[in-house]
Amino acid sequence: MKYLDEYRDGDIAAKIVAEMRRVQTRAWVLMEVCGGQTHSIVKNGLDHLLPEGVELVHGPGCPVCVTPLEMIDKAHAIARLPNVIFCSFGDMLRVPGSDGDLFSIKSLGGDVRIVYSPLDCLKIARANPEKQVVFFAIGFETTAPANAMLAWRAREEQVNNLSLLVSHVLVPPALEAILSAAGNRVQGFLGPGHVCAVMGYSEYDPISDRHHVPIVITGFEPMDILEGTLMTIKQLEEGRATVENQYSRILDRRGNLPAQQLIGKVFEVGDRKWRGIGTIPRSGYHLRDEFSRYDAEKLYEVAEIATLEPEICISGEILRGIKKPHDCAAFGTLCNPQHPLGATMVSAEGACAAYYAYGRHLNPQGADALHQIVPGSTPNDIGIQSPGEREYSHGSR
Amino acid sequence: MCLAIPGKVVNTYDQRGLRMAKVQFGGIVREACLEYVPETQIGEYVLVHVGFAISRVDEAEAERTYQALKDLDQLTELESPIVEETAERETRRPTRPG
Repeated sequence: MKYLDEYRDGDIAAKIVAEMRRVQTRAWVLMEVCGGQTHSIVKNGLDHLLPEGVELVHGPGCPVCVTPLEMIDKAHAIARLPNVIFCSFGDMLRVPGSDGDLFSIKSLGGDVRIVYSPLDCLKIARANPEKQVVFFAIGFETTAPANAMLAWRAREEQVNNLSLLVSHVLVPPALEAILSAAGNRVQGFLGPGHVCAVMGYSEYDPISDRHHVPIVITGFEPMDILEGTLMTIKQLEEGRATVENQYSRILDRRGNLPAQQLIGKVFEVGDRKWRGIGTIPRSGYHLRDEFSRYDAEKLYEVAEIATLEPEICISGEILRGIKKPHDCAAFGTLCNPQHPLGATMVSAEGACAAYYAYGRHLNPQGADALHQIVPGSTPNDIGIQSPGEREYSHGSR
Repeated sequence: MCLAIPGKVVNTYDQRGLRMAKVQFGGIVREACLEYVPETQIGEYVLVHVGFAISRVDEAEAERTYQALKDLDQLTELESPIVEETAERETRRPTRPG
């Protein structure tokens, strides 16, 4: 775990945290919704640098984690078919279904291949005309332009031995579901930077307005996360609730328009089930009817597989920000990255897996009492900055 | 797998009507599709996610972001096998020049 003095930007970090202390008058609960941010927060111990009372909870930002078990079982059933080459991003290979994972299917003779780009599937399909190539098209909006292009090119090039098993999810409906649920604790969001590099961020305005919550689109580097947290706290303390962009060096309000156009031609929005959370209305992409010829769910009559998640697992409550990994009796004992019981442990970007990877399961208090370890500025520092030292401002980077 | 990785466009070419590029990430060169950032020129930096450039960035930002991803062990997707157009089996590993 790293602390302030190890950061390249240690001075900036100290100033951001001091500014948080200056503006903060009460406790706030913020949620990040990007697996990369979760990983960065836990690896760098950023949540321990925040002032007492500012709590970060870890939302459903890892696409591998929220892919439902039913869909994973469907993928495995297709991957076991003798004439199929099953292609997937590497992250999905170790995710266990009800009976093994893609690696075990491969070791038993299934033709399972890791691809870097969805376009690799076109090459594999052209090189293997006697086989059926199926691609596991998972992801958030960041991945949608790539997966959309695969379906688009397959149709354009008439590569007809290729199909997509689509399990695409969208961030804004998840925020809406979290805010609307009984027992919600989340008062502000750090929005996902690279998702918004594709989609822009205007679609977050109605959510911020309706629920009166600040949403600050934020990068994943330690300074980004601290700055995004400060911007969110400032809004909360001032009684404001708008969408702001901490990550303006990467993205603007509109996002990537050519990417959005192709997504719109290939996919339509529909209901999706999220692992740990359940079905969220209009929360994912499905292939449009014009692409049904390339829809693996329609091509392969895989019976609806009934799946049961272990009762002890609280990943649903963790994904909604109601609980933390340490609130789970199975965390680090029955449930670990080698034997994950639920969504937040199945991928390195899930909250439980990140807590485990950085040794937090070894601390029975959950390390949440470590706020006082921050070197440098303390609450006593408020108001004693030297006159020449300007208040930290958002525009300075 | 929710993050994009910055790299330098070292070469561009047409592949079956798609604008493609060789993009250098540290010591690894991979293919990326430029269809979503069509104005990109050789020598410029782009953010690449699963083989698709989604945004252009300046050199300083690219270097910072690359280092941050390295610190987080988020570069493993670059190690995925290269699929050759004509090959029956994907066996070649990504090239590491130098």
